[in-house]
Amino acid sequence: MSRALEAARATARRLEAAAPLNAVLHWSAAELEAEARRADAQAPAGALYGVPIAVKDNIVTTEAPTTCASRILEGFVSPFEATATRRLRAAGALIAAKTNLDEFAMGSSTEHSAFGRVHHPLDPALVPGGSSGGSAALVAAGVVPAALGSETGGSVRQPAAFCGVVGVKPGYGRVSRAGLVAFGSSLDCISAFGRTVADAAAVLAAMSGHDPDDATTIPEPPLAPPVARADLRGLVIGLPREYLPGDLDAGVRAGVDRAVEAMRGLGATIREVSLPHARYAVPTYYVIAPAEAASNLARYDGARYGVRRLGPAGDLASLYRTTRGEGFGLEVRRRILVGTYVLSAGYYDAYYRKAQQVRALIADDFRRVFAAGTDLLFTPTTPTTAFRAGANTADPVAMYLADVFVCAASLAGIPAMSLPIGRAEGLPVGGQLIAPERGESLMLAAAGALEAALDGTAEVR
Amino acid sequence: MTWETVIGLEVHVQPTTRSKMFCGCANSFGDPPNTNVCPVCLGLPGALPVPNAEAVRLGVVGALALGCTVHPTSIFARKNYFYPDLPKGYQVSQYDRPLATGGAVRCESPERGPIEVSITRLHLEEDAGKSLHDRYPRRTAVDLNRCGTPLCEIVSGPDLRSPAEARAYLVALRQLLVYAGVSDCSMEKGTLRVDANLSVRRPGQSGLGTKTEVKNLNSFAFVEKALEAEYHRQVGLLESGGRVEQVTLLFNAGTGELRVARVKEESHDYRYFPDPDLPPLVLAPAWVEAERAGLPELPTARRARYADRFGLPGYDVGVLTAEPETGAYFEAVVAAGADPKAAANWVMGEALGSLRETGGFPVPAPRLAELIGLVTGGAVSHQAGRKVYAELAAHPDHPPGVVAERLGLLQVGDESALAGWVEAVLAAHPGEVARFRAGEAKLLGFFTGQVMKASQGKADPKKVQPLLRSRLGP
Repeated sequence: MSRALEAARATARRLEAAAPLNAVLHWSAAELEAEARRADAQAPAGALYGVPIAVKDNIVTTEAPTTCASRILEGFVSPFEATATRRLRAAGALIAAKTNLDEFAMGSSTEHSAFGRVHHPLDPALVPGGSSGGSAALVAAGVVPAALGSETGGSVRQPAAFCGVVGVKPGYGRVSRAGLVAFGSSLDCISAFGRTVADAAAVLAAMSGHDPDDATTIPEPPLAPPVARADLRGLVIGLPREYLPGDLDAGVRAGVDRAVEAMRGLGATIREVSLPHARYAVPTYYVIAPAEAASNLARYDGARYGVRRLGPAGDLASLYRTTRGEGFGLEVRRRILVGTYVLSAGYYDAYYRKAQQVRALIADDFRRVFAAGTDLLFTPTTPTTAFRAGANTADPVAMYLADVFVCAASLAGIPAMSLPIGRAEGLPVGGQLIAPERGESLMLAAAGALEAALDGTAEVR
Repeated sequence: MTWETVIGLEVHVQPTTRSKMFCGCANSFGDPPNTNVCPVCLGLPGALPVPNAEAVRLGVVGALALGCTVHPTSIFARKNYFYPDLPKGYQVSQYDRPLATGGAVRCESPERGPIEVSITRLHLEEDAGKSLHDRYPRRTAVDLNRCGTPLCEIVSGPDLRSPAEARAYLVALRQLLVYAGVSDCSMEKGTLRVDANLSVRRPGQSGLGTKTEVKNLNSFAFVEKALEAEYHRQVGLLESGGRVEQVTLLFNAGTGELRVARVKEESHDYRYFPDPDLPPLVLAPAWVEAERAGLPELPTARRARYADRFGLPGYDVGVLTAEPETGAYFEAVVAAGADPKAAANWVMGEALGSLRETGGFPVPAPRLAELIGLVTGGAVSHQAGRKVYAELAAHPDHPPGVVAERLGLLQVGDESALAGWVEAVLAAHPGEVARFRAGEAKLLGFFTGQVMKASQGKADPKKVQPLLRSRLGP
């Protein structure tokens, strides 16, 4: 039996066992074996030969349905394959499963899935974070060594922190969006989860690089895997004071303190810096992302594919109203309404235009800090560890604030990642590294050194 | 009481590209429904647009031909509205940062003489699909072949003062774009479409009246007719004490009537915003300048050249420059050695006749030049030359001289042969000879005609007359 086939069968057994997590929307043992046979037929074998990779179900693949965890796309099978998964397959990887998510990637807990919430692998009463909660949970549960998620405003880093795995968001345009179902197009990034920094980095490298099918990709060749470094000597790590508020969760605080000490021990210079516009990141994000989403989701109208509900009147308006009213969940409808509002005549200047101006200021904050000699920034990934399911579903703003530390890098389009830096009361704490534009390699190398120096599963206090 | 008409036109022109604006599907007309489609133009989840460089180039060429300023940076924006023939739920267009602004088109107003019509803007966009409301009873079918084909929208200022002026502007605009090679501008194929805005006001009034928009105009003649009808509708409203409402009207070419399609309250809020899938369109100024330098000769320059260099009258210049192919053919005939005025006459007569019948110029320019040479040199009469032309149209590889000879159409200028016919005619008409000699000079024409008849048209009339004079002389 080939190594790929062995991996496929072992993955199938683990997927079966992991069913209670509800992390997967689609997989089959037969498809996994077909993937292995395809990988075996490829020459050369490729850097990811036989590596099973789970894929968030908002990335289109031709063998399986792509639903975005929405009723409106139930049963939809794409006639074309995403550039990212095509490249992973070309590198020998096995697409193992399509994972559960907040509907259309809108959410921070993977509770907003039309197909039920995802459970945290350490405690089923907790959320895994979101929106890429299914991918994060599968990696944390050891079902797959790596998975694809998508980020619009922290949807990989936040669940990575909650689940205790590595989550890497590349800079905007580093990985092609072709085949990623659009949410907020100016923010969306296909991103990688890994059990280790090296695993996530290898997946990122394999799918990165210019793509003629996406006019917003950076015209550069694929990333080289990062050169491992033993220490952080010569690096200046900035700690933005806005990301370490007085009321920060004590466990998260302790994790950050321990990681900072570890970086100091590795020879890094630690410096306090300021990103004065950081506090506007969440409100800015919640204008821009819904605006783009309202437009991007207009295509789901029941006229051509996906679910069609004709409605009582049987006319066009009724088709639209019923299909979209019944096909989209509450959170998606909320964001479509918000997005439509902020782009409307008379409100555009006050909301959308203003948000774009603030977005530019947020990006300038980062540029200024990096230009002044800071190589990387370090922050907590989330203000708390994983919360209980249902804790924030009644209060959307409380839910949105779970992303308070991750939104800014998304708005600035710069690379950022989360890695496990310890546990507080048994729950994972994530530390975030943020890099300047095109700084993925430095960020991953530094993360690798920190990972080696820290026991990411040790209790921090 | 008189009213002044104010008209501005929005013209959509489809640049002649091989593929669509943002995907690789064929940009072609008349294929079976929903065959030229792909994930991008179908708006499938995850599909992304990539701009077509040739469509951008043709937009720039069009803008330069209209004298517009081409902006180094323009922005694609989404125009959001729901309709079944718009698969993404938005149309990619340009909004507050168009490709080009501030040009002008010169044309001849039937009422005011030469006028200059300002071009407010030219922007690029993609077309929507087609909704077919008459294909199935009580149902609408959607054909997405046209979806995503490139368009240049050209917006004029409110500078036109009559429906006839609007038509003259359209003719001039179309001519410019066809000359520049942007588009074939065929209303029949839908590669040129017109929406017209009209309002009326009192002469001398500086503000504009409430305007209405007329759509569904399928020919320049219908544009003029529809605008006439709309002028009368608005004046009728105002003079009976009513008000003009801001509406969109559809013109029914069959009945000549206008029907209100949409009132202002129903108008969309398009929620334009920059398309995040498409980076700003940045054009290097040097590249734009190279396109400007590479512009073909435009109608105004060609008209001036035909008048100056060939000394042609205004009418001829107008006919020969109406379509660039006609002028190119004419010039090829002149280049092959034909006299310019004679060439103009032949091209405007026989050759344009062929073009109307066959859609092309069947006689190669050098052959027509040879034929013209035969006529001007007297070897064949003008009448016979037309017969030779008809034969050449069927056999373009035959030399005209050979054809003329084969058809027995070569004129006879040889004195001895002519003398025979002349003697025979004079002998047959002694009474007329006597009358001529008595002073009835106009009978010379009669004798000439008789000689031509006797020679079956082959005698060269210019040589027959001197011969007749000398034989009839005292």
